[in-house]
Amino acid sequence: MMGKMRMHSASWRAATVLASVLLVGTMAACGNSDTGGGGTKDDGKITMGFSQVGAESGWRTANTTSIKESATAAGIELKFDDAQQKQENQIKAIRNYIQQKVDVIAFSPVVESGWDTVLKEAKDAGIPVILTDRSVDSADKTLYKTFLGSDFVKEGKLAGEWLVEQKKTATGPVNIVELQGNTGAAPANDRKKGFGEAIAANPNLKIIASQPGDFTRAGGKQVMEQFLKANKQIDVLFAHNDDMGLGALEAITAAGKVPGKDITIITVDAVKDGMQALADGKFNFIAECSPLLGPQLMDLAKKVHAGETVPARIETEETTFTQEQAKEALPNRKY
Amino acid sequence: MNDTMGRYRTVIGHRLFWPAAVLVVMLAANTIYRPGFLSIELKDGHLYGTPIDILRLSAPLILVALGMTLVISTGGIDLSVGSLCAISGAIACMYISKQPDQNSLGVVLTALAMALGVSLVLGAWNGVLVAVIGIQPIIATLILMVAGRGLAQLITEGQIITINSEPYRAIGLGHMLTLPLAIFIALAAALLVAAFTRRTALGMIIESVGGNAEASRLAGIRSGRIVFLVYVLSAGCAAIAGFMMTANVSSADGNAAGLWVELDAILAVVIGGTSLAGGRFFLSGTIIGALIIQTLTTTVYAMDISPQTSLLFKAVVVIAVCLIQAPAFRARFARRRRNAPPPATIADKPKEQVPA
Repeated sequence: MMGKMRMHSASWRAATVLASVLLVGTMAACGNSDTGGGGTKDDGKITMGFSQVGAESGWRTANTTSIKESATAAGIELKFDDAQQKQENQIKAIRNYIQQKVDVIAFSPVVESGWDTVLKEAKDAGIPVILTDRSVDSADKTLYKTFLGSDFVKEGKLAGEWLVEQKKTATGPVNIVELQGNTGAAPANDRKKGFGEAIAANPNLKIIASQPGDFTRAGGKQVMEQFLKANKQIDVLFAHNDDMGLGALEAITAAGKVPGKDITIITVDAVKDGMQALADGKFNFIAECSPLLGPQLMDLAKKVHAGETVPARIETEETTFTQEQAKEALPNRKY
Repeated sequence: MNDTMGRYRTVIGHRLFWPAAVLVVMLAANTIYRPGFLSIELKDGHLYGTPIDILRLSAPLILVALGMTLVISTGGIDLSVGSLCAISGAIACMYISKQPDQNSLGVVLTALAMALGVSLVLGAWNGVLVAVIGIQPIIATLILMVAGRGLAQLITEGQIITINSEPYRAIGLGHMLTLPLAIFIALAAALLVAAFTRRTALGMIIESVGGNAEASRLAGIRSGRIVFLVYVLSAGCAAIAGFMMTANVSSADGNAAGLWVELDAILAVVIGGTSLAGGRFFLSGTIIGALIIQTLTTTVYAMDISPQTSLLFKAVVVIAVCLIQAPAFRARFARRRRNAPPPATIADKPKEQVPA
């Protein structure tokens, strides 16, 4: 979800050294890209070119696996490229796909801006484009067919609605602390917004502290430790992802409280470790942010290839988990 | 009377006075905001409270900053320490996660040895680039800073590696004499470095290399060897810090472990009074610097300062600390306050002509 950009600045000599080292690193790491190869044979089979952001998290790896597996299952020939968090790699990959005359191009943009030129090239070549997981900020919405991805506001809302339902009999104030994602990141802003809107339904529900834990376990833990010391009564923890919640678990245990009982814990994502914590009764509720959008993507690819019109915005099929549902779902989870 | 004034001057003039004063002021401000800030209680046989958190969380930073102090005193800088933390943590956790018995002490010790070994080799790579090939330190270590993150992710295959190993967990969360074990590890490392640099000639040799590498070489010091050594040592410190960071959450995250710790470490060194230009270094100052940085972070969470303002808040505090700590700034401030005429040498100096 969270790409990190790095800046390099160097004198020319240093730049040469740096470039050569990076080159070696890139060559070693890009064993899974196969943009090369000849043009598309016209055998009626749909060919899709897909450019992935990178492999920065377990979520992303599961996303990649889902896309590869469902392409095979749907009988779609997939040309896959890993952009290693670099926009120039994605643009290069998309130009390659255009030259190879693939039937559909799909990609998860590393960043939001700067796509107009290459998307125009694809449009001129008559190749439909589908965005997955992340969107672009192009003013011209005809440059791509549709955007398939999660609705972060809805995830926050689902989490909040569950809490409102749980606490509807509460007579006194319910103190909530919130662990936010990276300041300014779309998932953090949107989940906070959705959650805030949902809990506004009950004036007893109050967020008493909210700090960024940067989506990491270490961050979540460090912030939670201070929340616990600064606030005598904490009833609910809402973490913007599972990892921060997992980090907070340790802080709560160290404070002599029982996670899931003394403090109700709600998170977003539903990665494997999070689901395990939910099944073990340490978490209480998870709103899913599913990386498994492969099957939906392949469906869409077939539709746009056949010339059907599709909605401009399609949400990933997502659900929510309670402790019982987690126990059932856990054995079949792929990530 | 004169004697007390003299003693007062000595205390004020001590290079550790101002950093320590800043730390005390920060703790006092927190206590005013929330009276329970400094309270410590006994829970499950060990001490529990915010000051203990600060000590435990600053342990990895103290370690990294110790290595950084020596590197900086040779006139260099090591940007790769954050990536090295990620790599060492990733290797250790990956190895432990693959073993059938994660709680075996032998397994954990093997993991630590392997990770430390790799980190020292990478430190030697930095050392060779700087001391043998002669690349500027900021660039030479930038290579590993960038490539190292990728390496850590290759090791963990882009996943967060969760482990369940009590002996490994103890590095980050264990207790000794009711205090966190991590702070003892950091303290032991500090004492070891202090003993080697201050009880032998090594410290002075490092400072002389930082002061003037060529003159030191002509005086018979093998400057290259000293420079090489400090980068290896810095990598070793970073590796142990990496163990603490990953043990703290019982998981290795190639992306996030030790992210930006190099900048915090450089800041701790500077707050501690060591000049970035090289030369003299102050280990005790560095430790106080690291404590100040961790206290600052904890303050933001404890006071629940909004994320948007917290960055500005931190920046203002850091600037204030650096200014208070600078003798030149204090001298100017003190002079103005006493309302004394400026020294004649400055007043008499002809104004510089600035071309229009």
